[in-house]
Amino acid sequence: MEKNDVILELINVNKSFDGSIVVENLNLSVQKGEFVTFLGPSGCGKTTTLRMIAGLEMPDSGQILLNGMDIAQLPPHKRPLNTVFQRYALFPHLDVYDNIAFGLKLKKVSYQTTNKQGNVITKTRKYTKDEIDAKVKKALKIVDLESFECRNVTTLSGGQQQRVAIARAIVNEPEILLLDEPLGALDLKMRKEMQLELKEMHKKLGITFIYVTHDQEEALTMSDRIVVIEDGVIQQIGTPLDIYNEPANAFVADFIGESNIYVGTMIGPQKVRFLGTTWDCVDDFEINEKVDVVVRPEDIIIHSPNEGKVKAKIVNKIFKGIHYQFTAMVGNNEVLIQSTVDHPVGQDISLTIEPDLIQIMKREYTANIYEDAYINKNNEVVFAGASWACDVTQLVEGATLDEKGYFITPNGKKYDLDDIDVIATIDMKDIEISDNLEEGNITGQIIQMVWKGDHYQLIIRTEDEEDFIVDTEWTWNESDTVSISIDSSKIKLKLKADLSKYEI
Amino acid sequence: MVKRPNTRKIVAKSYLYLILFLMYLPILVLIVFSFTKSVELGVWTGFSLQLYKDLFANDSLMKAIGNTVLIAFVSAVVSTLLGTMGAVGTFYARRRYKKAVETATQLPVVNAEIVMALSLAVLFKSLNLSYTFWTLLIGHVVLTVAFVYLNVKPKLVQMDASIYEAALDLGATPWYALFKVVLPEILPGIFSGFLLSITLSLDDFVITQYLKEPSFETISTYIQKIVVKHPIPPEVRALSTILFLVVLGAVIAITVYNNKKATKVATMRRK
Repeated sequence: MEKNDVILELINVNKSFDGSIVVENLNLSVQKGEFVTFLGPSGCGKTTTLRMIAGLEMPDSGQILLNGMDIAQLPPHKRPLNTVFQRYALFPHLDVYDNIAFGLKLKKVSYQTTNKQGNVITKTRKYTKDEIDAKVKKALKIVDLESFECRNVTTLSGGQQQRVAIARAIVNEPEILLLDEPLGALDLKMRKEMQLELKEMHKKLGITFIYVTHDQEEALTMSDRIVVIEDGVIQQIGTPLDIYNEPANAFVADFIGESNIYVGTMIGPQKVRFLGTTWDCVDDFEINEKVDVVVRPEDIIIHSPNEGKVKAKIVNKIFKGIHYQFTAMVGNNEVLIQSTVDHPVGQDISLTIEPDLIQIMKREYTANIYEDAYINKNNEVVFAGASWACDVTQLVEGATLDEKGYFITPNGKKYDLDDIDVIATIDMKDIEISDNLEEGNITGQIIQMVWKGDHYQLIIRTEDEEDFIVDTEWTWNESDTVSISIDSSKIKLKLKADLSKYEI
Repeated sequence: MVKRPNTRKIVAKSYLYLILFLMYLPILVLIVFSFTKSVELGVWTGFSLQLYKDLFANDSLMKAIGNTVLIAFVSAVVSTLLGTMGAVGTFYARRRYKKAVETATQLPVVNAEIVMALSLAVLFKSLNLSYTFWTLLIGHVVLTVAFVYLNVKPKLVQMDASIYEAALDLGATPWYALFKVVLPEILPGIFSGFLLSITLSLDDFVITQYLKEPSFETISTYIQKIVVKHPIPPEVRALSTILFLVVLGAVIAITVYNNKKATKVATMRRK
């Protein structure tokens, strides 16, 4: 990774639209000639990042360095980059040839000439007709559309339009080619073909490609490096192999390929407990730490009932072409297994997993902690934009409330808790959600959902961009709006301010 | 069994033709009576082209025609420019402004012309402006600009919004992208907005009457001035005929052109 091989660098890039953050503190460097893919669910900020590189959006803050020069505030027509748009964005009133020649006709090339004084000077000129003609023909050849020059673009099929769009971009010989879900509108077979062709083109042209997709398979097939983005934040950067085998967190594991994700506990050096047994693994975390454990379905081996490490029972089977996908139950936990050997549903089996195929990750969230909570005059706690009934007497052991709601400590002192700062902690399993929006204190939208063997972990975001992490056994859908309620006895409070200031 | 749908068809068709006949009957009568020189309405005194001769000999009427065409053309050009710029601007603007402008453009369309005419008259008076060609021009632009906006907007909505960005991306300056990429796409809308402006301005009476210079007459104000004291001058029949035929010709030309283009696209698609 030589520094001078870096063609593009994004440093602390931030962008928000109407107050909601779309890209947060993004840092990334791209090597010359690399095929980098931004991968993430829709609305994660990947397209916005690409548009900031293209110059179609301006970042709120941060730098975008192209060959070391900051281009963050440069308008798009001054950047030596070209984009292939999601819906092609061909010019309908121009034919194929003129669409491709559009950029060339505007381009100025510098050349050297000798002036009257005999000095060599650099001048700029436009491309000649013959030069443009040669370049357009070459581009058409690259995308396999020779003899289409005079066709009206509106009469072309989706695949052909896509090829014109690619030709229109590469004909300008950009330093970086930006592709915004270019295959999204094509059917599956066409998409697979174009994936290989694009990859081939990347090899031949030697241009740096930055590719945006929400299709993980596409990303794995084509990329040198994948940048997994969720909620405007980079989750992981790595080669397809790294991302698949060593996902950085539960989100990445869930998003890329099929996976089993469990909550486990480290119980010794390189020993982790999940699915009701202790497993050998190759990662080290602190003893007793709760961790997320990821096992890929193809890494689980099925044995006859007593040969494996843990007993299981097959409850479901799907034939997937090259393999069977089984769902087995280990106690309350579901296990997804892929195997080429058939087993009947209902069969008792046992399972083993190789230690190096158990991927252990630090848990991102262990509880909901609100550091900026405070108590209001009704002795309710306020956080996340709502007030919640709670038991304030837990702030000092043995404290009580008098009939007027003043706080009495065991030593007889009296306090008015109004406005006092506290830290509120709520366990993930203690938050109740409901689709009856009147029921809870506040409503939010489910923005992420990960299955963890016997429960879902949801992230619910309120309108004020406050997040609640919730464990639930029930199935919800992403982007559902739900209301949130919390049992008053389940809110743990800790004093943050000096209590003596509130004495009356 | 076979007969019933047939009678139904005949009834439906004859109804349609009856309506069309009733719609065009008055114009037909007018055209016929433009070819006789009788001063009295509805009296046929033999075929004559005298009214056409009189029409071109009537200087003040010819002056009024010239004024009408002039104000229609100039106001249509100004409205088309303003309306198109407004439509493009709001199309690429933030959603909040878009809604506001959209609502604001609806109002002049449904607003009574007399309200518009009076309010402009009051405005000019309070600004101490005397009525000239320019006040009249402003009046006609106010009358027609919303219609241009409403004709251009659907073309913008139909257009792939990212072609503008694609042009910038390929090295075009914002102006170049606007003229070479966006404009060709919305040109049909601009053109129909322009034609509509001309039509609206041509037969406007209320706004013209309030905002014109006293000595400045258009066809409608000229005729109005005459009929107060005299019968309708017979050469107006000839003028109306000519106007109708010009408009008819324009409508036929546009329809033929559009049909030709549609077939061309359809055959291209099939290839």
